Amino acid sequence: MSETTGTARVKRGMAEMLKGGVIMDVVNVEQARIAEDAGACAVMALERVPADIRAQGGVARMSDPDMIEAIQAAVSIPVMAKVRIGHFVEAQIIESLGVDYIDESEVLTPADYTNHIDKWNFKIPFVCGATNLGEALRRINEGAAMIRSKGEAGTGDVSNAMMHMRTIGAEIRRLSSLREDELYVAAKELQAPYALVKEVAETGKLPVVLFTAGGIATPADAALMMQMGADGVFVGSGIFKSGNPAQRAAACVKATTFYQDAKVLAEVSRGLGEAMVGINVADIPVPHRLADRGW
Amino acid sequence: MKVGVLALQGDFREHILATTQCGHEAIEVRRLSELESVDALILPGGESTTIVHLAKTFQLFDPIRKRIGDGLPVYGSCAGMILLAEHILDGAQGQETFGGLDITVRRNAFGRQVDSFESELEFNGKKMNAVFIRSPWVEQYGPGVQVLAEAAGHAVAVCEGKVLATSFHPELTSNLEIHRYFFEEMCKGR
Repeated sequence: MSETTGTARVKRGMAEMLKGGVIMDVVNVEQARIAEDAGACAVMALERVPADIRAQGGVARMSDPDMIEAIQAAVSIPVMAKVRIGHFVEAQIIESLGVDYIDESEVLTPADYTNHIDKWNFKIPFVCGATNLGEALRRINEGAAMIRSKGEAGTGDVSNAMMHMRTIGAEIRRLSSLREDELYVAAKELQAPYALVKEVAETGKLPVVLFTAGGIATPADAALMMQMGADGVFVGSGIFKSGNPAQRAAACVKATTFYQDAKVLAEVSRGLGEAMVGINVADIPVPHRLADRGW
Repeated sequence: MKVGVLALQGDFREHILATTQCGHEAIEVRRLSELESVDALILPGGESTTIVHLAKTFQLFDPIRKRIGDGLPVYGSCAGMILLAEHILDGAQGQETFGGLDITVRRNAFGRQVDSFESELEFNGKKMNAVFIRSPWVEQYGPGVQVLAEAAGHAVAVCEGKVLATSFHPELTSNLEIHRYFFEEMCKGR
């Protein structure tokens, strides 16, 4: 009996298993263990969290394979890693390490200002960021098996994640309300393939799992995104840039499961210590906003 | 019959859909009162370490263990199979399970995500397409365990008494055969 690897169902199915969970950015083995012990459903291995990339500047690239492999050896949960937008060789390298998921991420400095990676060429699944429905469908058309709303990474300001989730949700609801003969123009306006537009109009949802990322710093932020319809959350700088990472990590995991239970949310929000200091997105000059990277 | 799906993390919505398509009432189980109200339980796919962590934190771990021990019909897919195994190989340090099946599973046995696959297999005499995602396999099993399907030379669907487990994810396909088998064979008389 033949076994087929790397199918769309297997790639998208992997994201289904992460639903209702928290994926945490970690920069070393110690943080990866803290994340796993706190109940993270996966970790994102990277050398600098977005807040540090933002603070230190310079070109941000794929992490050192040694660092990624050390984290793979340290935890039993899935390990993800980031590559630059359009940098398909970084993706080939990450795939060869046996990483479980690639994030083609705007948090790193783009390698191509016109094209994203052709993700159908890989067995490893990809997650990509999106700020609106058209962008999400273009990424899915290129082979993304999971989408995350972008937010504004490394800020601790949840407002952009909120805006992107509202935009994606509103655009999906609008498609569902259109007549069938209006979907052609809708596809033109969204700059997305007609077949995917039609599928979303019929099902009322994306054909892949939708997580939220960018600026989530508290259990309440995580629950907010879940109530907005996210399937799960990425927490980047929010955990390990805070006063008590282990406790905050566990609190975000609980809040993501019990996102509709205010009593649980109150309980897990108590005594967490200092949250990451954060930056208001409005104070970041437009050329330095990461969410605008992606085409 | 009222079927509970453990809804702490993972693809519990797909199991709820499959259950209702089989004609049974399905509820999400996150609390003790919900657990106590159900006639059968499904443990979904997801991250077994995350699910155990949350079950312990919210005082569900021991009650689930006890209900399984008392004969509650249970079905687990993938992470669910790990949670039902008495013994785990390649688990997280000190990883605990609910138990109920006299098996030893190897976690992520088929490899990492790039090795995840789809394959045709035969379950209880019926051919079906099965989706394996970072799946475990059954490495060893006790005399009371019946093997219902194999893939790549390993047991991937097993049952014992009122407990059923599969390494693969029928909930990700439109095939309801496994769920029907669970409701008809494990939940008889409920």
